[in-house]
Amino acid sequence: MEQVFTITFITGLLAAMMRMATPIIFGTLGEILSERAGVLNLGIEGIMLMGAMTGFLTTLTTGSLWLGVAAAALVGALLALFMAFLAVYLGLSQHVSGLGITLFSTGLAMFIYRLSVGSPVNPPTVRPFTQAAVPFLSEIPVIGPAFFTQYTLVYWAFLLIPALWVLLYRTTWGLAIRTVGENPLAADTVGINVNLVRTLCLAGGGALMGIGGAFLTLAHQNMFLIDVVGGRGWISIAMVIFGNWDPARGAAGALIFGFLDALQLRLQGLGFDIPFHLFLLIPYLMTVVALVSVSRRAAAPAGLLKPYRREEKG
Amino acid sequence: MRKSVLALLMVFVLLLAGTASAEVKDYKDFKLAAVFQTAIEEPWDGAIHQACILLQKELGFTYEFTEKVGAADFERVLREYAERGFDLIVGDAFLAGEEPSRRVAKDYPEVAFAFGSEFTFQEPNYSVFDNWIHEPSYLCGIIAGRMTKTNTLGIVAALPIAEVNRLVHAFKEGALSVNPKVKVKVAYIGSWFDPPKAKEATLAQIEAGADLIFAERFGVFEAAKEKGVLAFGNMMDQHDLAPEVVITGPVWNMGPTVRYCIDEVRSRKWKAGDLREWSMMARGGAYLAPFHEFQQKLPPEVLKEVRELEAKIMNGQFTVPIIETELKTD
Repeated sequence: MEQVFTITFITGLLAAMMRMATPIIFGTLGEILSERAGVLNLGIEGIMLMGAMTGFLTTLTTGSLWLGVAAAALVGALLALFMAFLAVYLGLSQHVSGLGITLFSTGLAMFIYRLSVGSPVNPPTVRPFTQAAVPFLSEIPVIGPAFFTQYTLVYWAFLLIPALWVLLYRTTWGLAIRTVGENPLAADTVGINVNLVRTLCLAGGGALMGIGGAFLTLAHQNMFLIDVVGGRGWISIAMVIFGNWDPARGAAGALIFGFLDALQLRLQGLGFDIPFHLFLLIPYLMTVVALVSVSRRAAAPAGLLKPYRREEKG
Repeated sequence: MRKSVLALLMVFVLLLAGTASAEVKDYKDFKLAAVFQTAIEEPWDGAIHQACILLQKELGFTYEFTEKVGAADFERVLREYAERGFDLIVGDAFLAGEEPSRRVAKDYPEVAFAFGSEFTFQEPNYSVFDNWIHEPSYLCGIIAGRMTKTNTLGIVAALPIAEVNRLVHAFKEGALSVNPKVKVKVAYIGSWFDPPKAKEATLAQIEAGADLIFAERFGVFEAAKEKGVLAFGNMMDQHDLAPEVVITGPVWNMGPTVRYCIDEVRSRKWKAGDLREWSMMARGGAYLAPFHEFQQKLPPEVLKEVRELEAKIMNGQFTVPIIETELKTD
């Protein structure tokens, strides 16, 4: 156990927590934005995969990492607009539309990837983002290397948390978004275009999901593989509920998940004589436990899952 | 009289030989099908597919494949190939494919089946193979055991199933054979494709002192690059992924297995059996990936030691132990 309380161990654990939480934070914030406006976007898993693929291919062909991130955001927004067409304008079931988008995106990602690179023996790679140290802050012992020597997208994710919070709770736009999510009829009465607000929130959320996916293939790794998102989109959905649709609490959930995942990988290296499945289980088990404990007082936006049509009463 | 008997005999022999050779199916009339559970980007199924493609180019037979065949479709896809008169069907039957593939094989005794499987073959027409690449894995272990300065090796693998266990145990045994002080750290990422997680597992091992990593899965090399340690690839020559990091690695070459199967079926000698020897080093089914830059970078005495043991494995003087239990961190 003496290995656990070394500076290297703690610094490494915290730094890993930040990296592993980042794609989930992007996903969670994107999903909160959509759901606060009243649309559950179950397309998240597929949108993140398309973001991961598009970002990767764009960087592979242009050599520019930031162009890759921009392309991922764009494709995420476009897929979310498709979701808006189905769930907002046609008023179809949000569950079915979202799952449809995930299935469609999963197939499409693989299809485009293979059209572009074929099936080489080794997957192609890009030169990924490197970690950037924040001046001064990165020199603080332990937390400096853990929190302030990270990929730029990690800093973005953490800056987005207060940004989304301010947008939702401190601006008139945020008030409009929340009203549309809680009571679309009331929003319509005061002249807010419900469907437009929902569409914009979906698009913005989709862009964040796309960037979350691109983080996996452009920063955390340097290659695209079929299953690279690996359920991080679904975990984000759980974190939205865990955080009670609040950006800070949702992101805290993502950080706890990242922490536990980083911890279990380290526990596997300490030689406890217990099945490895139990280690892998830890973050997921904690998610279930947390969801059970908070779901009793979870307050979903009242207008969630309900398409808005003027003639019908909310 | 004797002369005419002799002549008659010769005619007979010639006739026999003639009919026998006529029975060997021409490559251009031969039809090979492959059924994969994953996309062919997955290295295991990819190894089978690559071998089929290469042999098709060389020999000119018909080759068709279906990928991402889930449990629900496995039987239907197999039956279609069997009904369409394919001579040989190969593929990956692990887990979901075991039962349907064996059921279809029973219904089509005239078709030859060769599947990657964790169980044994099934009479009369269903053979099994697997990636028996523990031998080159053992050789990697020797290099690791000789090169480590911390006496701590890392292993990042998907899941502790038999085919993975064989490799990682052989790696550890190889290291121990030259350096009894070696300890291994093992991390399972619980997925076939999660390079970010594999990277984090590697970073954790390096922070805990590991200075050489066996990368059973994709994702390890980025961490090794960042931390300046070396690593071993797996399944194919992964040098191009990270030339400065990848020393070598066990490679699976399905070519000998597929070629053997095709020729057995063509000459109507097909019998159900375990094809594992065709995936091992002596038959060319497994080998150590080229060292590339590390031909110069590795100490010559280590290279010599590896090549000598490689020769002994090839001629049967040395047998690498096969251990299929779950490997745990020391």
